[in-house]
Order: sequence, then structure tokens, then C-alpha cells
Amino acid sequence: MNEPGTAHEPGTAHEPGTAETEGAARAEGRRPGPAVPGRPLLSLSDLRVSYRTRRGVEEAVRGVSLDVAAGEVVALVGESGSGKSTTGQAVLGLLPAGGVREAGRIVFDGTDLTRVDARRLRSLRGREIALVPQDPTVSLNPVRRVGHQVAEALLIHRLADRAEAAERAVALLERAGVPEPAVRARQFPHQLSGGLRQRVLIAVALAAGPRLLIADEPTSALDVTVQRQVLDHLETLTRSSGTAVLLITHDLGVAADRARRIAVMSGGVIVEAGPTERVLGAPRHPYTRALLRAAPSLDGARAVRGAGPREPGRPPLARGEELVKEFPGPRGAPAHRAVAGVSLQVRAGETLALVGESGSGKSTTARMLVRLTDATSGRVFFDGEDITRLGGARLRRLRRRVQIVQQNPYASLNPRFSVAEVIGEPLRACGVGPRRVRWARAAELLERVGLPAGTLHRRPGELSGGQRQRVAIARALAPEPELVVCDEPVSALDVTTQAQILELLTTLQDELGVGYLFISHDLAVVRRIAHRVAVMRRGEVVEEGDVERIFTSPGHDYTRELLDAIPGSRTRAVPPAGPDAAPGGRDGPWEVTTA
Amino acid sequence: MSLVERAPRAPHRAGSALRAVARAPGLLLSVVVLVLVAVAALAPSLLTGQDPLTGVPADKLLPPSAEHPFGTDQLGRDLLTRTVHGTGPTLRAALLAVAVGLIPGSLLGLLAGALGGAVDDLLMRFADVLLAIPGLLLSLALITALGFGTTRVAVAVGVVGVAGFARVMRAQVLRVRESAYVEAAHASGTRWSGVLLRHVLPGAWGPVAVFAAVEFGTVVLAISSLSFLGYGATPPQPEWGSLVAGGRDYLATSWWLTTLPGLTIALTVLAANRVARALDHETREAP
Amino acid sequence: MGRYLTRRLLQAVLVLWAAYTVSFAVLYLLPGDAVEIMAAGGGEITEVTDEQLDAVRAEYGLDAPLAEQYLDRLGAALTGDLGTSVQTGERVTALIAEQLPATLRLTASAGALALLLGSAVALAGAHTRRPWLRQTLLSLPALGASAPTFWVGLLLIQLVSFRWGLLPAIGDQGWQSLVLPALTLALPTSAVLAQVFAKSLRDAWEEPYVATALAKGASPARVTFRHAARNASLPALTVFGVLVGNLLAGSVVVETVFSRTGVGRVTATSVTVQDIPVVQGLVVLGAVAFVLANLAVDLVYPFLDPRVTTGGAVAR
Repeated sequence: MNEPGTAHEPGTAHEPGTAETEGAARAEGRRPGPAVPGRPLLSLSDLRVSYRTRRGVEEAVRGVSLDVAAGEVVALVGESGSGKSTTGQAVLGLLPAGGVREAGRIVFDGTDLTRVDARRLRSLRGREIALVPQDPTVSLNPVRRVGHQVAEALLIHRLADRAEAAERAVALLERAGVPEPAVRARQFPHQLSGGLRQRVLIAVALAAGPRLLIADEPTSALDVTVQRQVLDHLETLTRSSGTAVLLITHDLGVAADRARRIAVMSGGVIVEAGPTERVLGAPRHPYTRALLRAAPSLDGARAVRGAGPREPGRPPLARGEELVKEFPGPRGAPAHRAVAGVSLQVRAGETLALVGESGSGKSTTARMLVRLTDATSGRVFFDGEDITRLGGARLRRLRRRVQIVQQNPYASLNPRFSVAEVIGEPLRACGVGPRRVRWARAAELLERVGLPAGTLHRRPGELSGGQRQRVAIARALAPEPELVVCDEPVSALDVTTQAQILELLTTLQDELGVGYLFISHDLAVVRRIAHRVAVMRRGEVVEEGDVERIFTSPGHDYTRELLDAIPGSRTRAVPPAGPDAAPGGRDGPWEVTTA
Repeated sequence: MSLVERAPRAPHRAGSALRAVARAPGLLLSVVVLVLVAVAALAPSLLTGQDPLTGVPADKLLPPSAEHPFGTDQLGRDLLTRTVHGTGPTLRAALLAVAVGLIPGSLLGLLAGALGGAVDDLLMRFADVLLAIPGLLLSLALITALGFGTTRVAVAVGVVGVAGFARVMRAQVLRVRESAYVEAAHASGTRWSGVLLRHVLPGAWGPVAVFAAVEFGTVVLAISSLSFLGYGATPPQPEWGSLVAGGRDYLATSWWLTTLPGLTIALTVLAANRVARALDHETREAP
Repeated sequence: MGRYLTRRLLQAVLVLWAAYTVSFAVLYLLPGDAVEIMAAGGGEITEVTDEQLDAVRAEYGLDAPLAEQYLDRLGAALTGDLGTSVQTGERVTALIAEQLPATLRLTASAGALALLLGSAVALAGAHTRRPWLRQTLLSLPALGASAPTFWVGLLLIQLVSFRWGLLPAIGDQGWQSLVLPALTLALPTSAVLAQVFAKSLRDAWEEPYVATALAKGASPARVTFRHAARNASLPALTVFGVLVGNLLAGSVVVETVFSRTGVGRVTATSVTVQDIPVVQGLVVLGAVAFVLANLAVDLVYPFLDPRVTTGGAVAR
């Protein structure tokens, strides 16, 4: 029998229908009381979920067994498509269309949720098991006041009448850390920032005092500094109320910071589970090890960056002077200053990282530097030549020397083109022909980025995200550029793929001596690949310098704030257990070093 | 759980259309209806051996039977024959009307989307105005100016569609223009004309084709309405709308005269809309 | 809110002016035989002499340069003068004013019926848990949108009036005679409305905020009626604004089928005898209906969607 607070290890005997789950039938229909000691609050056994689509049946969850004890935080970690979100949705009984629970039990406090009717399940949702959804910007009803949306959770379960619910909604918003809660309660979601909206959603989830919270990537849509504040607050609230949390995340760093136990999911099964310290310190499954290796935040020291600038004395390859970009505001409103006077330079063969949160102007700055966007004022130089006003054929000639790798490999390749056509496009633009020659070069480039030659005739739709990004890199390298702008090149990819792409970029830099202007919001990624870093906030560069200097002794408060907010930073403070650590890790609760 | 990235399986393009039809019997039926309509328009004699214009007075106003599946009219003409022979003019008018909307409409939309700025503003405001005048009224104004007849009715109906095609085309051009792969094409030094030809147009074509299919149903309805009102073909030439109008006087006694030609129109439009929906689904699904 | 309305009003005036200009261009610039028709007095075309033609040109101001004609007519239109009917010699505005009440009764009841039918079908389709009922309900709009209006009207007359003898087949006496025409006119509009509303309801159900509501413990009915319906009504309302103009245009067919008097009937005859000033007046009337309906929609919109007036991005 499993002791409370440990996950079923995969492969260990835990057959559905053990004595513990039989008890569920007896408890059915009874309003769950306080958790019975020794019994997990939530127990999943051999849960199987598949999606029935037009293409056939797809197994998303293939036999997951997991326990969550009362008041415990358990993280379910996995990459997209691993089945982690589906597992959370199955607990709530809210599988998306086409999703079917094929087998297994979901026992909540003695009640088998798979055997109760829809009405009973509804009475548990929100009241006993609540959800903090993924994307706060779309998870609130846009046409209803936020106070009403919080109060609704109380009204549905008849925990208050209308007037009382409205009052308690304000109190709940205040508890969730929403400033001026009475004012905010009267506002509509679009009038609140993303971080505030997530706090509203936390208030919604905690309104009826649930005993289990399912937090599905609760902060991945938020900026890293906001992400940390929200997670801190959520932790404080759930700890004080003794609410258990099933934290679903792709970010091993977030899991390490917040959870007492971690279950790693891949391909629909839990490949490894155990106390956080044990899983991170002595991972047993190769997948966990790979995940850990690939998670930059937990592995900060392992840089993969290239050799660096080859001729340090040479004048900079690309240089921007006092770059300003203004976008016209809506009617009558003043123009929006996206970039407010930025000067920076990239040397041949080096990687300059441009770091900042969304809206900081980093992407616009980079696009001005390579003339994909025209600057409102300021000047741009490339290899000593003023290219600020370059146009026509001369601009197109410049394009050969400067290329771009975009953020989303799902959008950056024309779905109608074959891979050969995609890579051949810049060659065609610089007059390389005929097609046979271009294709031969494309095949060569494919090999260089680690894709089989057979990929040449496939279409982007047939490739995975990582493969697509490799194609995009091959396209960027086709005209043998001297500078490549990498705009968040790995942020749309899974961590293991991220690591592979970062290594590829480094290898290519060493082989070809190409310079990178690397845009990223992820400091951990930046630390691994960049030589120099420029930190941007609100259209300005607040700090610039050598990568190690920035990370070890940041000079600006904002940089420090960003560094502190990196998930996984709390965990690094704890000495990792050795590789021979006893299975199950050490006893007792996981000490979290809260700042 | 392997570390090798799993790529999605290659979709099997060939045969996917066939399987889509097989999965949806309604779609299959729609395709059959449209094929029948096409045969009736191109080779009416394949479907009926009788003459649409001369009748047998002794056989007037016969209800539907094995010999006359649609019954006969007040002059003893076989109604099925007249409906079959009315298909050609109606269908030709509908295709003409779609073309009249499609060609200038998509060109204008392409121009507006590709050039942007003042040209875009001007063209789109013009489209807005065309949309502000109820379609049927605009057609009627055009008929007043142009005169009667099937071809003129087709042109009058087609002009109404110009604004719709312009909007769809422009939206597609803008969507493709804003896409990351077009930025990548610019970044690799491809000329604007090359981007337009190789990226924008092929990407915009699908939704425009779907709109054309929807528009086909709409113009069949509009043309038969105008023909019903008497602005189309001159009697005794049969046309779907005028056939229904011809039966109005015998409404109380001979139900088939209005019901069956009308049903033909309704089925054709229904089938066209169903095929448009399937087409929409396919263009959306295929990457 | 004030600025929002001012902008909408200004746009409405511009659209009306442009619609007038388009109708002028269509009717007076296209190579028709307008003058000959007018000279013939709007009746059957008979032989007309050149002198007669000139006289007509002078009478209707058609001998002036086009730009001058346009400005004169536009100026007159601004003062409420849309010219005189070639056929009857009556003032176009008076003619329309006389016929409008009957048509307004028809279109207003058809519009209300369309709203009712369309929303009922869409909501019932979204709400029902029985697959067969859902299928049936949601395939109704496709049928309604494919049936020609005149045919539906004739079918209704055949069944309801002739076979069952329930309601009068033709005429415009009393509410009984309004039922069938209004239903006929409402059908295509309600079909489109139901299609749009049902689709936006389906889309709304896919929205993450619905998952949030369900996770609170809300029942499907609560989600449909309190969360999805209001969001989904926005696109449906926009479409309805556009369709109101079509109701007026549809009255041409429906009034002919049911032998009712009204603006639609006048349109049909005016087109037949090519009475250009009257046709232009009716086109302008159609644009007025469109503009008014859209103004009404713009007025209602902020009450349904707070993002309009409190400055959020709205996808319309």
C-alpha cells in the first residue's frame, strides 16, 4: 500500500480496484468530510484517456497512477503532448471534445469520480476541486464584470445570496492580491493586466474553499517577473488554507520551486515520480535526465556558446545609433514609442543577446538594425556602411549578408512550399540557379543542420517543431550571411528540442563564424549562448555587458529582478543529492528556501 | 518517450477527397445533384427525349406520373422536360454572374491588399457602399438601366458580388502578408512581386474559391427570383424562376407546377452550399 | 460613448451620400434607353420623335452636363426631393411615403420573427443533449437558406390557404393576411441568423472562459445562457444589421407573391416600366434602411459588449 504523499512508481503493483478504491463506492453520495488520515485526497489509478478524431483514436494518457495528499503540492511535469493537461482535465471531468476516459479510476476523498453522475460531479467542481487555467487573458468572460465572475462560484454552490456573494467577491479579490478590490470588481477583464487577471482567476478558484486546486500552467502566459509574484501569492494562499495543488507545468524550474513531489510525464505515462529533491538530484529515468540537462534554469553553468568574436579589433559588423521607433497611436492618442533611443553593436562572430519582457521593444530594435522595419529616427550601419536609407537592389543585396530566424517555426515556413523550395528561396533571390543547383545546396544545408536528405521533398506540415526550426535555420544560412537575427528561436519549442537547437546554433557559429543577434525573454537560455547581453525595458537598454558579468553582478535593479524571477533559482540553493542517493530521497517534507 | 522528435504523419493527399465524400452521405448526394444539373445544362437530351416548347393539349395539367414525373402544364408540355431545358440558361447565367463578381472583385481586393494605404482605403470604402445597398435592389436598379433578359440579369446579379469577393480577397492577402513566412521572404531579399506571386496569391486562392462556391448558390437564388419577377427570359423559353411563376395561376389546382421546379432550385442551392462547406473544411484542414 | 456615436453618425451620412451617388451612376450613366422610355411615358415603348425626346430631356434636366445634373439632383435630394415618377407624375417621396407603412408592418414583423426563430433554433440546438434533435435543428438553417423565397411563399399559400383554409392567400386586410408573408420574408433571414448564432455559440463553447465557468461547477444550461449566449450574440447582431436591408429588398418578391400593396410592389412595377426616378428613390430607401439598422445595432452593441466604450480590442 502506498503511503500518503508518494506517487505510484510506474511498474509497481498498483492494480485498479484495491481496497482503498473499493472504499470509494461506500463513500459515494456522501458529502466528503475532512480527509481520512492515511488516505490520499486524490488518487488516480491506471487512468487512460484517448481522443477520437477523424484521423482515428489517439491515446493521450496511457495508464497514469498518482496520489495527491491533502495540503500537498505535486507537480506534473512534461512537454506539450505528454498528456499532463489531459490528466488534469480528466480529474475535473472536463475533457475537450472527442476526449474519452477509457479506463481507470479517479478517487477524490473516497469518491470514485468516474462513477458519479453529472450533477454530483458539478457539485464537486469549484466546491472541492477547482481550476486555475492556463491563459488569463482569455479565461475570463469578456462581457461580465470580474466581481460577478468571482461571486458566481459562490452562487452556483449556494454558499451565499446575491448581496453576500458580491461582498465576499471583493474580499476574495483582496485576498488574491488585487489592489483596490472594490473598484476592480466593477471592471471588465479587458481593463485588467494579465497578472491581475490571473489573480482574479485565483480568487475564482479559491472562492468556495476547495481542497484541491488544479493549476494548469498557471503562469506560462505571463512575464517572468509577474509569473513569480503570482506563483508566490498562490503558494501563500494555498498553504494557509491547506489546499492541495496539482501543478501542471512544462517548466522543471517552476516545479522544482513549488512542489514537494514531482511526477514526470512523457508519452502519456508517468516515467518517474518522487520527492522533488530525489527526482532532481538523482533522476533514474533517461527522460528525466534529458529534461534536466535541457532545462537551462536548473543547469545554469553549462554554457554552449561559441568561441566568440574572431577578430576583436575589427569594427562592429552591425551598429545602431540612437534608434527610435514610434507607432501611430489610435485616433487622437499620442504615438506609442516602442523603442526610445537605443544604441548597440554586434561584432562579427559573436552572439549579442537582447533580453527583455514582452513589449520591451527588443524585437522592434532588432528589426530596425537589419532594416526589416524603418526607424523613426537614428542611424543603422552595416560593415561600416550607412544603411539607414538603403533601398531597392542595394537593400536586397544587403539581405544576403543579414538573415533572420523567427520565433514560431509553425508560421515562418510557407505551408505550401517543400523544404527544398523554402531553403532555395533566398538562393533564388540572390540569383543562384538553376533549380538543380539550388536543390543541391539545400541538401547540403540540410545535412549541416542535422536533417536527413529525404526531408528535402517534404512539406513543413509533415515536420515537428524542432525540425521546422532547423529548416528555418538552414534557410537563414543559405546565402552565407554574416549576421543572423534569432528572434526567440527556441521559445516555441519543448525544452529538449530547445537544447538541441541551441547546440546547433553554437556549432554553426564555430564552423561559419556567423554573428547572432539573439532575442529572448528567457535569461536562462541567454546565459547559455550569449557572449554579451543587453537588457531592455520599455524601449530602452538599461544595462549592457559581458554575459558572466551581467549574471554574477548585475548593475541595474531591473536586471536583478529578472534574474531573481528565473524559475528554479530557489532550488539551486539546495545542494543536490548525489547520484547514489537512496531511492525516494530523504524523509520529511521538502525544505523550500523561500526568499 | 524517446528523445527523437516525433514528426506528425504525412497526410495522404490523394484519396482524401474521395474519403471525405464517402464519410458524408449528404455530401455524396450533393455531388450527385450537381452532376445531374451539369448534365441537364450541357446535354438536356440525355435526360429527356421530349420537346420543351410543344405540348399535347389533351395531356394538359396532368399530375406527376411515371410518364410525366413532374406532371404537365396548362399547354400539355412535360414539366420535367421544361425544367431540364431551363437548367442551361439558369446555370449559364449563374456562372456568368459568379464570374462578373469574381474577376473584378478579386482583382480589386488584390490591389487593395497589396498596395495598402490610400488605395486600400478608397477601394474598401467603395465596397462598403456597395454592401450598404441591399443586393436585390442594386440588381433591380441595374436591370432598370440595362434592360431585361437572362444575360443582363446575370450581369446585374454578378455586380452585387464584386464587393464580397473584394473583401474576401483583401482579407486573405492581408493575412498572408502579415504572416511570418512573408517576412522571411522579404528578409531573404525576394522582390515584392515575387512575394506576391509565390506566396500571397497561392495562399489567398483557397478561401476565394470557397466564397465563389457559396456565391454560386446565392446567385442561383437571385437569378431565379428576378426571373420569377419576369425580368429574365421571355416566354415560352423555360427558365427555373419563370417556370415557378408560370404555375402561379394554377396554385389551387395543380400543385406540381410551382412545387417541383422550385424544389429543383432549392436542391441545387442546397447541394452547392454543402459542397462549399466541404471545400471550406478541406482548405482549412490542409496546411 | 459620445465620440463613438458621433463617429457612427458621420459614417452613416457618408454612406447615404455614396449610395445616392452609386445609384445615380448606375441609372443615369449606363448606356440605357432611359430618355426614350421616359418620353414614352413609362408605358409600352411607342415611336417617339426627336422633338419629343428633346422635350423630355429638358423636362427632366437630362440635357445638362452630367456633373450639373448630378449636383442638381443631389441638392434636391438633400431637401427631400427625389424627383417625380415618369409613369404617374407623382413625387417620388410622396409615393414612397404612401406605400411605406404597409411595407414597414411586413418587414418589422418579419424582422422580429426572424430574430425569434433564428435565436430559438440556435439556442435549442446548442442546448439539447439529444444528438438527433441537435442534428435536425442545426440542419434547418441550411434548408431555409437554400429555398427561394417566392417558392416558399407559394408553398405556404398552397398548404395553409388552399389545402387547410387557415389563412387568407392574398391581400392585406388584418393580421391574418400578414402571417404568411411575414413568415415567408422572415425565413431566409432567420436561417442566416441561426447559422451565424449557432456557429458563434459553438465557438464560444470552445473558449477558455467556458472551461473556467464549468470548473466553477456551472451547469451546461448556465454556461449556454449566461456566458456563451451574450458573447455569441455579438456577431449575430452585426449580421442582423446587414440583413435588415435584405428584408426591404425581399418585400419586392413577397409583396408580389401575396399580391400586397407596398414599396416592394411599387419597386417591381417601376422596374418593369423602367421608371428611373422611382427606382433611384427605392435604392436610396434601401440604403437608409441599412444605415438605420446599423445605427441601431451600434447603439445596442455597447450594452452587450463593454469593450466598445471602455477601450478594448473588439473583433467584429
